[in-house]
Amino acid sequence: MLILQCPYCGIQCDETELAPGGEAHLKRYGPGSTDEEFEAYLFERKNPLGVHFERWRHANGCGKWFLAARSTTTLEVFGTYKAQTTEPPAEIVAAIKAKLPDWEGRQ
Amino acid sequence: MSMRLEQGGRLINREKPLGFVFDSNRLKGFEGDTLASALLGAGKMLVNRSYKYHRPRGIVASGPEEPNALVGLGQGAWFEPDQRATTTELFDGLTAMPQNAWPSLGFDVMAVNGWMSKFMPAGFYYKTFIWPRAFWKHVYEPVIREAAASGRPPQEPDADKYEHFYAFVDVLVVGGGIAGLQAALTAGKSGARVLLMEQTAHWGGRAPVDGAEIDGKPADDWIAETLAALEAMENVTLRNRTMGAGVFDHGYALGYERVADHTPGDGRVRHRLWRIRAKQIVTATGAIERPLSFAGNDVPGVMLASAMRDYVVNYGVAPGRKVVVVTNNDDAYRTVLALIDAGLEVPVVVDARERSDGPLASEAMRRGVAVECGAAIMKVKGKKRVEGVMLCRGNGTGGAGAPVECDAVAMSGGWSPVVHLWSHCGGKLKWSEENAHFYPDPSRAPTGAQGEAFVRTAGIASGAMGTGSVLKDAAAAGAAASRSAGFKARAAAAKAADAEEWPMKPVWVMPEQALPELRSKMFLDFQNDVKVADIQLAVQEGYESVELTKRYTTLGMANDQGKLSNINGLAILADSLGAEIPQVGTTTFRPPYQPISFGSIAGEARGEIFQPLRRTPMHDWHEHNGVAWEPVGHWRRPYCYPKPGEDHEAAVAREVLATRNSLGLLDASTLGKLVVKGPDAGRFLDMLYTNKMSTLKPGKCRYGLMCNENGFLSDDGVVARLDEDTFLCHTTSGGADRIHGWMEDWLQCEWWDWKVYVANVTEQWGQIAVVGPNARKLLEKLGGMDVSKEALPFMGWVEGELDGITVRIFRISFSGELSYELAVPAGEAMALWSKLLVAGREWSITPYGTEALHIMRAEKGFIMIGDETDGTVIPQDLGLGWAISKKKDDYLGKRAQERSHMVSPDRWKLVGLETLDGSVLPDGAYAVGKGVNGNGQRNTIGRVTSTYMSPTLGKGIAMGLVHHGPDRMGEVIKFVATDESVIEAKIVSPVFYDPDGEKQDV
Repeated sequence: MLILQCPYCGIQCDETELAPGGEAHLKRYGPGSTDEEFEAYLFERKNPLGVHFERWRHANGCGKWFLAARSTTTLEVFGTYKAQTTEPPAEIVAAIKAKLPDWEGRQ
Repeated sequence: MSMRLEQGGRLINREKPLGFVFDSNRLKGFEGDTLASALLGAGKMLVNRSYKYHRPRGIVASGPEEPNALVGLGQGAWFEPDQRATTTELFDGLTAMPQNAWPSLGFDVMAVNGWMSKFMPAGFYYKTFIWPRAFWKHVYEPVIREAAASGRPPQEPDADKYEHFYAFVDVLVVGGGIAGLQAALTAGKSGARVLLMEQTAHWGGRAPVDGAEIDGKPADDWIAETLAALEAMENVTLRNRTMGAGVFDHGYALGYERVADHTPGDGRVRHRLWRIRAKQIVTATGAIERPLSFAGNDVPGVMLASAMRDYVVNYGVAPGRKVVVVTNNDDAYRTVLALIDAGLEVPVVVDARERSDGPLASEAMRRGVAVECGAAIMKVKGKKRVEGVMLCRGNGTGGAGAPVECDAVAMSGGWSPVVHLWSHCGGKLKWSEENAHFYPDPSRAPTGAQGEAFVRTAGIASGAMGTGSVLKDAAAAGAAASRSAGFKARAAAAKAADAEEWPMKPVWVMPEQALPELRSKMFLDFQNDVKVADIQLAVQEGYESVELTKRYTTLGMANDQGKLSNINGLAILADSLGAEIPQVGTTTFRPPYQPISFGSIAGEARGEIFQPLRRTPMHDWHEHNGVAWEPVGHWRRPYCYPKPGEDHEAAVAREVLATRNSLGLLDASTLGKLVVKGPDAGRFLDMLYTNKMSTLKPGKCRYGLMCNENGFLSDDGVVARLDEDTFLCHTTSGGADRIHGWMEDWLQCEWWDWKVYVANVTEQWGQIAVVGPNARKLLEKLGGMDVSKEALPFMGWVEGELDGITVRIFRISFSGELSYELAVPAGEAMALWSKLLVAGREWSITPYGTEALHIMRAEKGFIMIGDETDGTVIPQDLGLGWAISKKKDDYLGKRAQERSHMVSPDRWKLVGLETLDGSVLPDGAYAVGKGVNGNGQRNTIGRVTSTYMSPTLGKGIAMGLVHHGPDRMGEVIKFVATDESVIEAKIVSPVFYDPDGEKQDV
């Protein structure tokens, strides 16, 4: 059972306080997009063995959505950050690279 | 015949005899006994029958690895199946029954399975019993179920109490043997908060039985002193009878405390589940001895050598008078010496090694024991009890064999560290050639949130085999864990010597070249009757992966999870594949380490507090007025209010007719209510609903649909505009929290710059629907507000005071009748409900429930989320195109609804259905068309989504989704019921009642 820090209220959340929301930083495609773009938006999700960016909601707490950078293999958490961003913040990227110099960045 | 020795038994109190019943026999044991030691002491070796062949089985082990001695414990509401005799502490009055024997342990008719074992090979579940089909259902399945039945389920609700405990510690130490005590002592001295758990009632583990000396004194003394030192530390918590059940992500662990299993009826909770967060975990879980694979190794009286020593030393019980010891290592000689010390006879030690003259073996020989080196047991003689063994050369095929008379066999195939907890959260293993076992690889430990190792092993669990090495390793683990948790620690270990032992020799089959006849009697998994020959057969049939072989043969799938069988089975698999054991690998270790009770998992959450109940302000009134409840989400809603002598169907019909003809009253408080407020609220709702909400005028209501990004209909409800930047969105009863979360998701993660705030006010308001032709008269009688058609037209709302109570009245209708929905602050809802009931008497006001609500909406052709929708239905399928704005560039689901499959004319669409004979169509029934599909089933062309007997129309009505449905009005199609009868129904408009909507707009 994971522990993730909510970047809004600062609480170290037990996983039971959180609701998972899948992959982070998806770009929404709406009317006017091609079938391929829309299909990718709806269905194509990353499932990496390693660094993953994901959405969590502090559902049984402050109610805010936040994002986490986490290793799916070692369960290491590189950081959590607020959801109002389209890219991981520089300090999160730096934290990952410090631990995993070979990491190729978010694909 | 008592097998209790005159002397010995360090754990029993001979002053306190206890009576118990096993298999209807009244027997005696002593305080401190386990059920297993008491049974052995009473001369009961045969305690069960095996699962598949119903072979007689005896006690093999002395701990949680025991595969055979499972019993049904207790009676009535205290009955529990599958309890291990070896881990059950004896108490006065204990009642136990064997599980797989019928009609009796001594004579079991299912034992014919044994003769048929040739016909029940590995994978027999998959291979046989398929054709002819009918045989499976009527012959094979009932027979197999009867034969393979393990424990019977309890027939009464569990009468015991359970609870959860939450603990937060720096260092959790699992296992209270000398390694666990040493690790806890080291960590405790560092100042860390330590929790030490031991699964048995006793501290110190095997060391006292093995005769270890620590710090120059007997192990028992060191254990007592260390325990006293730990108890004196305020930062250390000790819990015996508490098993480490599992290790999970980020230092989460489960402990399973058997508080009162040994003191039933004393009022305490029976089990306690510890939910632990630990910065560091040390597993000092010891090791489990492996059996040897020789023919007849499952005959009652064949036992692990270490278990035999436990029974002699700890409980003063002789598992046999004349014991042959068979081994591939030096440790079994400790059993030889313990048996001789107890005055028992050891006719011969069968040692698989070519030479055996280490210190322990030499001591045995000095005391007159014969040792046969390079030897093997060819087979065991006896059926319900060992009568003797046949010896042969270890490297041969078996041959004639030399008989040796005995009544028990002690076997030792080496030791495997208990790596379960290490492995649960990803710890990896290494193979030791020296000890022929898997042990934890400290360089690949389970990692925590900072990427740090958070599990360490201590003692034999690390693979350290000697007493001195165990203590050093444990002190190091305790110190390392304390440092990782932020404390300063010194790894000072108690002093002890490592006993000199000669190398063991891996022996996986005995004798090495055993012929098939012998291999088919060598049991690997005792509980599931998996033999050496079964694994070899699985390999011949192409099974190479250890995970698949496990499932095909059922090796290690019993409730002992292969604690005895897995390594031996792996070795046979590797040998058969011509591979090395580490290349074959292990199966996955999954929590819990041993089965834990469902009661402990549920804890306090049972009965009324299993799930909190949400109550509307009128909940108690319903309860006192004969309600029949229906669960809706966490709410209870009235289904109907049957009068004395009235069944539900009659009550529902009465409620519908009363409402249609005069006046009905509905508690609609469960309706979801979300306030959406802000300068961008209209723009936001335009994205969430398929319709345009931003054009709604204050004072007006509009029915709206919400879809997900797949385009599928997700929720519906009426939206009221309260003022320029405030909307009140009604959701379905179960949907308020979900839709609130949905809105927050889009506001926080996609359109975070939009100025909108959402609040869920569902429970702040009671809601009462006043419905029927006399609805207006009732509100006018209460007085205080103008509710005329002109002042409050259909789909409008007003605020005011109704007979002194502040209300907001929405003129909306889900029944097709003249209808007002009164929203009232929750605290005043019951008062208003009472006023309405009293004032409405002259119109025979009738409270109605959800079923009447559903019937009336179906008569009007209104859809219900969850009936007409199932997550694959778009609004266009339901004839709701009118509620989809054509003017908007975008809304959630719009792009998906443009996909080719969504615009296909072949989608099933909503229609009404009327049976030709007026009967009610079965819910969910499918309509069949021409031809068959690839599976030979008839093609389907539609299905029933809602179906009711309409009291208003006096006939069955239904809605359904039908291929090209709206184009087929008047056509008769065929529905098939589950009894395969065919029902004909005509396709009609889904609006059965008042199609022009005249009644609701008066």
